[in-house]
Amino acid sequence: MTVPAGGEAGGEAWGGDPALPIDPDVDVEDVATGTPVHLRPALIALVFVGGAAGVAAREGLCLAFPAVNGISYTILAINVVGAFLLGVLLESLARRGPDHGRRRTQRLLLGTGFMGGFTTYSTLATDTAQLIGDGRVGAGTGYGLATVLVGAAATLAGIAVGVAAHHPRGETA
Amino acid sequence: MTGVTFVLLCLAGGLGATARFMLDAAIRTRVTATLPWGTIIINLTGSFLLGLLTGIATAHALPDAWKLVVGTGFLGGYTTFSTASFETVRLMQERRYGAAFANGLGVLGGATAAAGLGLWCGGLL
Repeated sequence: MTVPAGGEAGGEAWGGDPALPIDPDVDVEDVATGTPVHLRPALIALVFVGGAAGVAAREGLCLAFPAVNGISYTILAINVVGAFLLGVLLESLARRGPDHGRRRTQRLLLGTGFMGGFTTYSTLATDTAQLIGDGRVGAGTGYGLATVLVGAAATLAGIAVGVAAHHPRGETA
Repeated sequence: MTGVTFVLLCLAGGLGATARFMLDAAIRTRVTATLPWGTIIINLTGSFLLGLLTGIATAHALPDAWKLVVGTGFLGGYTTFSTASFETVRLMQERRYGAAFANGLGVLGGATAAAGLGLWCGGLL
């Protein structure tokens, strides 16, 4: 039996595709170009632009709605809304197809970049630590726990919206 | 805040996000583990550094621009809540409840302790 040189995609069923890497986490393009995704300038630029825009949006909201009595409800809302939107984004991208081309552009620009810069963990942790350090243990613990628990619920809700958006009314999977 | 400070804050945020992207990928290619260590390490180190910066700023009356550009901008863009929350939910969906608990509430406790340690060290400097 002759095997075509170079290995066409979707090759021999019994032998797998010789062009695909063994490790499923390795990007196929990494093998082709020799440059991992996180070292490619165009993809790094997407994360930079998205991140800068996300940080601008967060700071704009924090300037408009400052912290009340040492507790930033704005940061709490930003983290919860960002967790919801990242759930919607990643679930709908995953359901539309493999992480390549336009889908990867959207994931890096809007997900890793914008939502990553919009939401923040360092401010959450520092505000919580300061509240506890000031003796306001209940407020600090409540603020931290509320963010993580409501954030997880928001992520779940976002994923559910991503699933629903992929299956419009009347259409079954 | 001046316009220049705001622009620098946004650029620092872009740099922070870029650092997170590259460090997360670098950790992920080296560590195959049951927990998303890339995001965990990023959020713990970022929380410590923001605590340290806040502690130094309080003790030495550092100019506001420093806290805004390095803290709100760079460290805010470097750390992320949305990805951490997504990874926790993914662990829950895989019925790995212990790992989900560690990634959600464990990291919250760890990051708060790291920020507290940073605040304390910053006050001593």
